[in-house]
Amino acid sequence: MLEIKCPYCGKRSQNEFSYGGDATVKRPTLGEEISTEDWDNFVYFRDNPRGKHTELWHHVSGCRQWFKASRDTATHEIFDTCKMNEALNE
Amino acid sequence: MSNAYRTKNSTGLINKNKKINFTFNGHTYHGYEGDTLASALISNGIHLIGRSFKYHRPRGFLGVGVEEPNAMVQLHEGNKSEPNIIATEVELVEGLKAKSQNCWPSVQFDIGEVNNLLNRFFPAGFYYKTFMWPKSFWMKIYEPFIRKAAGMGVAPLQPDPDRYEHNYEHCDVLVVGSGPSGLASALAAAKNGARVILAEDKANFGGSLLTDEVTIGNMSGKEWANDTVAQLKSLPNVILKKRSQVFGYYDHNMTVMIERVSDHQENPSKYTPRQRLHYIRAGEVIVSTGSIERPISFGNNDRPGILLASAAKEYMTVYETLVGKKPIIFTNNDTAYSTALEFLKNDITPVILDTRNNSNGELVKEVKQKGVNIRFNSGIADTKGHLKIKSAVIGELDKDKENFTSLESIDCDCICMSGGWTPTVHLSSQAGNKLKFNEEIDAFVPDKKRQRESAVGAANGSFTLNQSLAEGFQVGFDLSNKFTDNNIVTNTPNSKEPKYEKHERLWCMPLPQGKTPKRFIDFQNDVAVSDVELAIREGFRSIEHVKRYTTLGMAGDQGKTSNLNGLQYVSNIEKKIVPEVGHTTFRPPYTPVTIGAIVGREVGNHYLPTRKSPIHNWHEENNAVFVAAGLWQRPRYYPKESENMNDAVNREAANVRSNVGICDVTTLGKIDIKGPDAPEFLNRVYTNAWLKLPVGKARYGVMLREDGMVFDDGTTSRLSENHFHMTTTTAQAANVLSHLEYYLQVVWPELDVNVLSTTEQWSGIAVAGPKSRELLSKLFPNIDLSNEGLPFMGLVDTNIDGIFARIYRISFSGELAYEVNVESNFGLHMWKRIMDVGKAFNIEPYGTEALSTLRIEMGHVAGAELDGRAVPFDVGLNGMVSKKKDFIGKRSLSKEAFTSEDRQTIVGLVPLDKRTKIPEGSHIVENDKVASPVPKLGHVSSSCWSVEYNNPFSIAIIKDGKNKIGKNLFAVSPLKDISIPVEVVSSHYVDPDGERVRS
Repeated sequence: MLEIKCPYCGKRSQNEFSYGGDATVKRPTLGEEISTEDWDNFVYFRDNPRGKHTELWHHVSGCRQWFKASRDTATHEIFDTCKMNEALNE
Repeated sequence: MSNAYRTKNSTGLINKNKKINFTFNGHTYHGYEGDTLASALISNGIHLIGRSFKYHRPRGFLGVGVEEPNAMVQLHEGNKSEPNIIATEVELVEGLKAKSQNCWPSVQFDIGEVNNLLNRFFPAGFYYKTFMWPKSFWMKIYEPFIRKAAGMGVAPLQPDPDRYEHNYEHCDVLVVGSGPSGLASALAAAKNGARVILAEDKANFGGSLLTDEVTIGNMSGKEWANDTVAQLKSLPNVILKKRSQVFGYYDHNMTVMIERVSDHQENPSKYTPRQRLHYIRAGEVIVSTGSIERPISFGNNDRPGILLASAAKEYMTVYETLVGKKPIIFTNNDTAYSTALEFLKNDITPVILDTRNNSNGELVKEVKQKGVNIRFNSGIADTKGHLKIKSAVIGELDKDKENFTSLESIDCDCICMSGGWTPTVHLSSQAGNKLKFNEEIDAFVPDKKRQRESAVGAANGSFTLNQSLAEGFQVGFDLSNKFTDNNIVTNTPNSKEPKYEKHERLWCMPLPQGKTPKRFIDFQNDVAVSDVELAIREGFRSIEHVKRYTTLGMAGDQGKTSNLNGLQYVSNIEKKIVPEVGHTTFRPPYTPVTIGAIVGREVGNHYLPTRKSPIHNWHEENNAVFVAAGLWQRPRYYPKESENMNDAVNREAANVRSNVGICDVTTLGKIDIKGPDAPEFLNRVYTNAWLKLPVGKARYGVMLREDGMVFDDGTTSRLSENHFHMTTTTAQAANVLSHLEYYLQVVWPELDVNVLSTTEQWSGIAVAGPKSRELLSKLFPNIDLSNEGLPFMGLVDTNIDGIFARIYRISFSGELAYEVNVESNFGLHMWKRIMDVGKAFNIEPYGTEALSTLRIEMGHVAGAELDGRAVPFDVGLNGMVSKKKDFIGKRSLSKEAFTSEDRQTIVGLVPLDKRTKIPEGSHIVENDKVASPVPKLGHVSSSCWSVEYNNPFSIAIIKDGKNKIGKNLFAVSPLKDISIPVEVVSSHYVDPDGERVRS
């Protein structure tokens, strides 16, 4: 079980959080014309890297804040976490 | 004669004043306080404890602790019965009942032993080779037979009556194992001020210090251990846990430890858990788990009475138990000589066989001085004795040690063997440590760590006491210094122990000429040297493949005594060095763990939390039958006298249609939404338009996922300019809140909106039926509830009995209906007030079944239709989709697949006979007589008995549904083996124009 540092609450056990996927994906702007291919890339396609991954977590059984984390998908080492409006230390 | 096999001297760890009675295979024996089941049996002269897994060979004890591969027993009876328990790990307790496993009719005479006689027909890979054909035989014939024959213990069929607890701990330094290096680490870390947990698997702290004759400072090893434990106990920053096995090492230094709390107590309080599972998040973990002795492979090396030399020594030095009175000691190293010395203390002179040409180690010299003849350059070729070892065929080895030059038979009643030592690296390996091979000790030791874990002492390959203590004190101090600023160094005391000479690299004896007795490597899985040879002959090269083909090291003991000998043997045949062969991976749990302990208290009613509405007790008092809706308990129906469910549901639903019904809808998800951008936010979340919703009005809304599938629906009301009250379905309440938070925090942080769950703050009561207006007008005489005063989708705030109440005119039943919301604490009061006034209008409560009937008749979609595969078009919600604005998931709706004409869409179904109810989940086909596979048009999502028309009605999702209305099709349920002719009708079966809700 991972130990995750919520930027608002501090270190907590993984079972307080839910995973939110790749944090680098940007939702297309509302009302923007977008090709089916680009839209499909946004909705369905994600990289599955081995190693460092920038991702979202939700402190769902805590402060209910979404935040960013930089984690190694192979070793589970978490390098840094930060609030949504901050930049990860990488 | 009972307890005939006891030592002369007291160890101080067996209390002869406290006799303990127990039974084994129906016979009563006794042992003493401090005994394990193993030591008590051995002291009664019993070595035969079970039958082996594959060949049903008689087996006895090999070890004295967790390493034991043979001595698995079935403990206790009835609901407390527990299979596959290692007898060496069971502390003796009054009345303990144990029996042998894997034998029938008895352990002395086991029919299955015929497998042993036929052993040449059971080579490695036997099952793979034999039971491949015919394929259909596997499930019905081969598999059940093999299971029965190769069974382990029997799992009890009744629920476990014992109580298990979970505990969460944090510490700076966790020390696993309390031998010399563990005690040293714990003391150094604790004295430096770190928060320390010290875990010991056995009932006594001290590890090897309890069995080895050594001096630390001016004390014996045992005294130093006691003194150190006393010091640790006096420190407030230390938790000491004995009978506690750290069995798993997971990510981020999370370890899991099982504590046997009351297994050894005669009459534990009923509030004392049997076992406790500790989740320990440790800053640093010190792995001081010691080492396990290696057996030697020789002909018939598995007879009862053949065991590890270290085990024999521990039985004498801890448990005051003699494993035999006519011992042979067989070794390739010096340490087994300490076992010889213990026998000598009991006036027993062992025969000593040493594979080496000579040794001048201090213990060897001491044994020599006592006049014992040591046969160097010798080994065991074979043994005799069916249920217990009787004699050994021994002999001298030739120069290359590949053959015996001469053989002779000598009598014995036990053989104590030693093939050197294997560091217990399991936890380090579980933590991701890449092991390396240490040629000095011929074993793997921890090397590159991935987590904050450090091995010390024998677990690190440091086999001398000096090294162990030095490492322990150093590492304990260094690691604790990461957590404190005290800088308190504890000095390493001087220590004295015998000097050892090097072991010989020989773990497998040659066969006696002309004979092929089995030489076992893995005792628990019955894997012999010949099996490994066969695997390699058949082309298996990777050690992982050899392991799986032979099942070497794959038994419950995870190869604690067999892995390295197996690797060594493969490396011998392959002429490779062991590190080139590599090693298999260690995985948790290190030792078997009771399922009950893993489950903890989360059983029965505690499996999940239960959510109850504030009106729950009223439902109970009024005979409600409940149904689980997620965590909620909701009334399903309220049967009267002899009514069955159908009768009750039809009565409740019909009463809503003709009079008035009342339903507890507290469980609906409710979300409070505030902020200047709230209307804009709702406009993006929902498919329909929200900017112009007037204050004091509710609107039905549908939300999608980005992939275009309907996510949830519900009504949301505008309470003031920037304040909304959203309702969600009961099932999706939590997911919708997370969804909203995601968009507000991650995607559109510029929107000034706050969301908060208010599900538990409001109690909701639906009042539905043609008489609902009359009823509520009587209850709330001060407000205008006329169609003009409070039109459909309107809301009004009011007071009753000094309580704030909000009345929404919304309807799920399709009837004229209202929903009254009050603060949760007043939910029951409000409910009772409505019931009181409602009596005059024939009010009746209705449950979720009637609720479903009413919505199905009206063609309102719910969870069964919104199953994550439906776009709005499929379920008749296209009218809800705005063409003008963008919203979550809109772009997906224009994808080709989602606009296709032949998508499955919503329709109604009525059986032609107007009698047969259509099972939910039935397939819809055009022709039920054609050969399968029958082309499927869709499926039935919801079914009810229409109280309006008094016949069955269903909602189905079928291909090109709109154009099928009026056609006759078949609803087929292969599960129930029925086919029902049906007519396709509109899904809006009752009041298709929605006049009633607006009346």
